[in-house]
Amino acid sequence: MNFIYDLHRTMMAQKLILVYEGDFTQETTKSILSMAERNLDSSGEDSGIKRKVFNVMVEALQNIVKHSSEQGLQAGSLISKSAIFLISKDDTRYCVMTGNPILKDKVAMLTENLNDLNSKDKEGLKEMYKDIIKNTQISEKGGAGLGFVDMARKSGEKLEFTFATMDGTHDFFCLKVNISREKE
Amino acid sequence: MEILNLKGTEDTPTIILDKKNGIFEISGRSLPEDSAEFYRPVIEWINAYAKDANPATEFVFKLEYFNTASSKLILDVLSALEEIKGMKILWYFHDDDEDMEEAGQEFSELVEIPFEFKTY
Repeated sequence: MNFIYDLHRTMMAQKLILVYEGDFTQETTKSILSMAERNLDSSGEDSGIKRKVFNVMVEALQNIVKHSSEQGLQAGSLISKSAIFLISKDDTRYCVMTGNPILKDKVAMLTENLNDLNSKDKEGLKEMYKDIIKNTQISEKGGAGLGFVDMARKSGEKLEFTFATMDGTHDFFCLKVNISREKE
Repeated sequence: MEILNLKGTEDTPTIILDKKNGIFEISGRSLPEDSAEFYRPVIEWINAYAKDANPATEFVFKLEYFNTASSKLILDVLSALEEIKGMKILWYFHDDDEDMEEAGQEFSELVEIPFEFKTY
């Protein structure tokens, strides 16, 4: 059972304050949000930073919910539904991180979208946001990359991402969004 | 006209649309799982109201938080309101919530309705 201690040490070393692994639904999203919110409240975090963290959490979680339901329809396998959500906190910043399987043939498009987004400045992201809400028919579950645009705006930093190889059909998409604790 | 009264939850806003008493308000948190489905009755109500609207309408948005999926629907709500004569939006934001203030400004740039900004 050494893995329990190892996991604990990893969590401490990475300064993780919340980790959730498993199936993601709107219900789990609400539970995770209320848990994280309580944590932020009890630590007496600045309300502006708290709102930004909450905002990024919502978009990150709902991205996974939306994505895993699409995957579930396609594959129905356990691997396609399981994802991970993590928040870390140190003296300077919060990091909201997610990991979820995506089909290999979606990787190129997602990489292009995220790189495009990372190349934009504050004004560029604002224009992108307005353009998407005005001109795109977003499906009933959201989409059109609006969540990523919003996370980039609230973070004020580049979105960090990697893809780890899982199997022949899936890669594991890892996303990290930083929210500075220093007030602007 | 019937009153539309939706009680807020942890992921949906409180909505009161009351023609007779002149109360039109969306407040609280908006992050429903299916935002299109949630806002459909609201937009339907507004479209019906547009046919016989009060001479002047002050429509209040007092949102604490909304997700991106809701932002598209809020724009749809505003687009429906745009068709109504004498319409004015009262956009409330918490006095230290710059993001909510900016969100209101962005919406005001996307529709042709006067916005008044207020803090709470």
